[in-house]
Amino acid sequence: MLEIEIDGRKTSVREGSTVMDAAQQMNVYIPHFCYHKKLSVAANCRMCLVEVEKAPKPIPACATPVTNGMRVFTHSPLALAAQKSVLEFLLINHPLDCPVCDQGGECLLQDIAVGYGEDSGRCREKKREVAPKEAGALISMREMSRCIHCSRCVRFGQEIAGVMELGMTGRGRHAEITTFLGQSVDSELSGNMIDLCPVGALTSKPFRYTARCWELARRQTISPHDSAGANLVAQVKDGKVLRMLPRENEAVNECWITDKDRFSYPALSSPERLARPMLKQGGVWREALWSEALDYVAHGLKSITAEAGGDAAAALAAPHSTTEELFLLKKIFSRLGSRNVDCRLRQQDFSLDGQRAGASWLGMTLSELRHVDSALIAGSFLRKDHPLMAQRLRHAVQKHGAQISVLSVAADDLRIPLFARETVAPSRLVFALAAVLKAVLEEKAIAPQDQEGLAAVTVSGAARKMAESLLKGENAVILLGQAAEQSADFGVMHRLSARLAEASGARLGFLGAAANSVGAELLGFGGEANTDSRQMLVTPRRAYVLFGVEPELDAYDPRLALRALRSANMVALFTSFRHEAAMEYADALLPLAPFTETSGTLINAEGRIQRFSGVAPPLGDARPGWKILSALGSLLGFADCNFEDSAAVWRAAGIVSRGDAPEFAAGLDNGLRAAPVVLRKRASEERGLERVADVPIYFTDPIARRSAPLRQTADAAPPAARMAGATLARLGLQAEDAVRVRQGDGELAGEANLRAVLDARVPEGCVLISAGHAASASLGGMFDPVFVERA
Amino acid sequence: MRKLARFLKSFALLELLRGLAVTGRYFFARKITVRYPEEKTPQSPRFRGLHALRRYPNGEERCVGCKLCEAVCPAMAIQIDVAEGKDGARRTTRHDLDLTKCIFCGFCEEACPVEAIVETRAYEYHGETRGDLYYTKEMLLAHGDRHEAQIAADRAGERGGT
Ligand code: SF4
Ligand code: SF4
Ligand code: SF4
Ligand code: FES
Repeated sequence: MLEIEIDGRKTSVREGSTVMDAAQQMNVYIPHFCYHKKLSVAANCRMCLVEVEKAPKPIPACATPVTNGMRVFTHSPLALAAQKSVLEFLLINHPLDCPVCDQGGECLLQDIAVGYGEDSGRCREKKREVAPKEAGALISMREMSRCIHCSRCVRFGQEIAGVMELGMTGRGRHAEITTFLGQSVDSELSGNMIDLCPVGALTSKPFRYTARCWELARRQTISPHDSAGANLVAQVKDGKVLRMLPRENEAVNECWITDKDRFSYPALSSPERLARPMLKQGGVWREALWSEALDYVAHGLKSITAEAGGDAAAALAAPHSTTEELFLLKKIFSRLGSRNVDCRLRQQDFSLDGQRAGASWLGMTLSELRHVDSALIAGSFLRKDHPLMAQRLRHAVQKHGAQISVLSVAADDLRIPLFARETVAPSRLVFALAAVLKAVLEEKAIAPQDQEGLAAVTVSGAARKMAESLLKGENAVILLGQAAEQSADFGVMHRLSARLAEASGARLGFLGAAANSVGAELLGFGGEANTDSRQMLVTPRRAYVLFGVEPELDAYDPRLALRALRSANMVALFTSFRHEAAMEYADALLPLAPFTETSGTLINAEGRIQRFSGVAPPLGDARPGWKILSALGSLLGFADCNFEDSAAVWRAAGIVSRGDAPEFAAGLDNGLRAAPVVLRKRASEERGLERVADVPIYFTDPIARRSAPLRQTADAAPPAARMAGATLARLGLQAEDAVRVRQGDGELAGEANLRAVLDARVPEGCVLISAGHAASASLGGMFDPVFVERA
Repeated sequence: MRKLARFLKSFALLELLRGLAVTGRYFFARKITVRYPEEKTPQSPRFRGLHALRRYPNGEERCVGCKLCEAVCPAMAIQIDVAEGKDGARRTTRHDLDLTKCIFCGFCEEACPVEAIVETRAYEYHGETRGDLYYTKEMLLAHGDRHEAQIAADRAGERGGT
């Protein structure tokens, strides 16, 4: 601990702190631009000059380490004069066009100029002009003359996003922030640069010129877009969300959010929103009253279940629905005598249902991720599926050299320096994982017990490296991602990973499919008592309730889902959007309020219970899901399904929080009931290739899919048939050829016309065709065999 | 004693006469009544009457949509919507002023960085329904166009420091 005195007040700070840290600890304000608590120190703006006793000149507080007994004056005449000169210097070339600047009212430079500036400038020379830059659909770089070269954006790219997408060229008067030649800014965290930029140089393109910060009500909410559950501030004007910003929560999202969290909001007020209930009668859609629509659904469910038993009705819910909604849905269905509720639409292997000891979770808290020293990530498109978790792991590598190993189905760039990597076809993923287990067992000289088939596994060099890293790590973790969960061997992989964790002393975690997957499991979804989504679709049911899902985009096998839905007598779709594809198979569309217009609780991957309230009134006749379900429940005559408010539903749901940490849910456990691991080769698919499918980051949920700005990003490019060079050559194809892709046969045959793209990241013998997009919705299962031929 | 003095004063109708003296003085003094509308009082160049939105001599709207007048208005009489204009500049798509709310404080004019919204000398306007006093951007611009010469002259005087 070091003693320091600032402006006459004494305190002690940790060794290695800077004067700025000490000042912040004491709540002493030192003006600054380039300093940011999450970024490295650049000390290039010089705004933070302070006087230090015995120092001949003012020195920058952000870059000066505290020495014992240091005496600092932040507002002495010398310090103040220095700060004022620096500000005057920064303003020499600043356009001062605050009236037309989008940053006006929330600008650090404006604020500091009020505090430290003179009322008029002395410089009569012409100000410099900087050419606008093009940075893609999300960030506006039109007004780069406003840049003060603090380099926060550059450092963010290098340190947080893991890729330098903006750089600084030139020096002095000629310094410019620019994108790399002809490239746009595509990072999934890029929007944070808008927040970081202290001036109006980097501004939000979708928000450009729409409102001033003082007109906007700031309301808190939680992101439903991924399993991290980032804390958000929705800025609302006249009942319309005009901007999404991060709400700082060190334990969850720190001060970052993903672009998906930030730029999905335009969809919420898009014309595609469904504003009234709609019914199909005699093949014609018409708007209906709520009472009619609910009567229709209630009557349909009642008569079908009365006639054919509870099993004839099924419910598929979106895994980002609130806990309240899922609870009510499950309750209504159990009262109808149906066990058919599920929200794991993208999964195909449910062999472990009823064998899990608790709800699958991250295995640690989000903030612990940054203290990990060895991680094995299996089957995940980590950077796109979990940008905030990837960011924490990136930090772990940068700060203390954590070793990150990856077993993946496509060699996507994680923008994390990797320790070891192995990219295999989806069907081989389980064997690659088994190889790591075998290497660990060999290393520790443990004889494999009840692990059938392990002997036949060959241990590759990479697997041995991964095993060593896991064994060496003090704080090691094995993380299973979406590609693992969606694979046909998920059950075996879970067992293998549990064994691996046990043998290596690492922890086991699941990155989490969606914002409330953990909540759903805690409610008993995916338990013994419930049917899984695949069964519900393989054997078509007579009535389907679709809650916030778009099955042809959200299901593992769209063909299977469509077949089931088309043959049903009644399909009721609860949705926030007019979903054109559903107009064909659905009979009732019920306008569901999206997360901004409802209240509820989401439980994120680490098991954190996060309640939120609506930030805007529901659009048109849309209503919160819990309200609709509650009304439906009472129409069906289930008195215990009728609730006054969502808090009452939450209480009834009976989610227990952990005694020692009430913000977390109890009952999280990645353990399994003991059973042997059986590793078996699948009948080799001689015919065709293996499909690999990711769900591109902006196609994961109905809201993100419909956001106009996100649709213009590079990540929203329509799916193509991506193959390695060797695969292309084997098929006699060339890159950019038009190809016909076929999956399945008989009545489940599906095909799509796509473009062949050379992509060295895809393992040989595989074709990567993204799911979740209309262009690939006519195909079959995400990891099923696929035939590719010239169109 | 005082009571007695007061009694004598009232008895002699002193108060009454004093009052009549005032009346008489004004009766014979020069009249100051202004026979509006035939006659009008002189106006200060700073007169705060009906608002106008101004243009530059080349016809371009001055207003840049900074929303400062909207923010400063104590009566919340101004409603502005902004979007990117055809020239790529920040422009208003709506600039409405509810004169039934306005208290003619002149803050909006003071807040405006480009002298776009001004209060003119015009005060002779009326509305027959509430809605008539809801001035839209087009109405304010048209009003500005009609009085630009006067507006400019008044502001020029101000700037000269006179
Ligand atoms: S960056 Fe800040 S100081 Fe510069 S013009 Fe914009 S609001 Fe004004
Ligand atoms: S663009 Fe903004 S964040 Fe980047 S250097 Fe300039 S002022 Fe700093
Ligand atoms: S004069 Fe005052 S009350 Fe009237 S619009 Fe302007 S700021 Fe508002
Ligand atoms: S904040 Fe210290 S030099 Fe910029």
